[in-house]
Amino acid sequence: MEKLYPVAIEVNGKPRSAQVPARLSLVDFLREELRLTGTHVGCEHGICGACSVMLDGDPVRSCLMFAVQADGHRITTVEGLTPADGTLSVLQDSFCEAHGLQCGYCTPGMLIASQALLNATPNPSEEQIRDAIGGNLCRCTGYRQIVDAVKLAAGRLAEQK
Amino acid sequence: MKSAAFEYARASSLDEVCDWLRKDGDDAKLIAGGQSLVPMMAMRLTRPARLININEIDALKFITVEKDHARTGACTRQCVIARDGALANAVPLLKQALEWVGHVQTRNRGTVGGSLVHADPAAEMPLVAQILGAQMVLRSHTGTRTVAAAEFFEGPLTTATRADECLEEIRWPRWSEKRMGSAFTEISRRHGDFALVAAAAQIAVDENGSCTRVNFGLAGGGYIPMAFPKLAARLVGSKLEDDIVESVVNDAATEFDPGGDLHASPDYRRQLAAVLTTRMLRAAYENASNCK
Repeated sequence: MEKLYPVAIEVNGKPRSAQVPARLSLVDFLREELRLTGTHVGCEHGICGACSVMLDGDPVRSCLMFAVQADGHRITTVEGLTPADGTLSVLQDSFCEAHGLQCGYCTPGMLIASQALLNATPNPSEEQIRDAIGGNLCRCTGYRQIVDAVKLAAGRLAEQK
Repeated sequence: MKSAAFEYARASSLDEVCDWLRKDGDDAKLIAGGQSLVPMMAMRLTRPARLININEIDALKFITVEKDHARTGACTRQCVIARDGALANAVPLLKQALEWVGHVQTRNRGTVGGSLVHADPAAEMPLVAQILGAQMVLRSHTGTRTVAAAEFFEGPLTTATRADECLEEIRWPRWSEKRMGSAFTEISRRHGDFALVAAAAQIAVDENGSCTRVNFGLAGGGYIPMAFPKLAARLVGSKLEDDIVESVVNDAATEFDPGGDLHASPDYRRQLAAVLTTRMLRAAYENASNCK
């Protein structure tokens, strides 16, 4: 029987804890133990960015962390981006509006990467947007509409203020 | 689960790490950012029996700029180093190189110390360490020792770090010249990938525009990242006239002797080495000349 280790993480504002094998990746913990299947598993070795989550507010790849390493830290997944009433966030709605997704596989990672950008840089340039999503692969859109979606969201968020 | 099973321990101090490494350093592996280690574990290219997490040791996370050198803690994240203004002024090559390292998400987690100890021959940080002559401070249960970059990198993924040692800090020498400039570039298949060839240079010039100190280096396709201090010394006293640059750069590309793989042949890498080194020498020279 493989040894289990305690993990206590704050996920989307809620404390979650479990006993897990040390080799369980953070993304597998989120999806399989917590059933938060919004975060997608792509390449599982840090190339595609589909599994991006925020660790203490900064975007990281959840396939390149073991769940035990996140013990005591704060994780935000794509589920944590939506308002409490279950409607789409401004960024998510902008992705729909600007056709920033087609198959949707990369979308959770794109949303995490671009939300982290907007949190730090409310009015990003095109270059900053492309840099922020540079570690996320998309096979459908050609990235153009994703960049448009982030720009649209930045404008809408500025209007709300 | 992709990795082979391992035992796990989270270290709270460097003493604790050294004590654990003394007991079973041969079977244990330290994990910092894990941005290279975890993919290797996922592909089972490496299967450590025990993983020691050093991410929670605050004493390994610092940046200080002193008169002769800047010091960075081994577990200081790449993103933190890239946005430190004082460090960028003191050792500009570090920030210039970090722009080529991975992506936002990997730089948020990856550490500069981890890049050095991992010692990928195509990685950016080992090349910077070679060009600047960085000093690695290694700690074990018996004490600390300092190893210069020239002795630190022994081969692909191989350094002078012993199984019972942990990298504690890196000392980056500062060039005190008033007119000093550096530059870093690379060619890779996609931005953020490991370099097919990376080149960087650092140059100091006098008020007449003559070089007073030069170093440059190459990585990617080679055995280890290399600096070329002897070839660079030939440029001292010059104003980087075309003929001397061409001669030095061609000698460097020959000495670099890159290998070939699926992505680039040795000939292509040699040509890249010469072209990129020329560009970086000229860019560093221009940055140095523009200093007021």
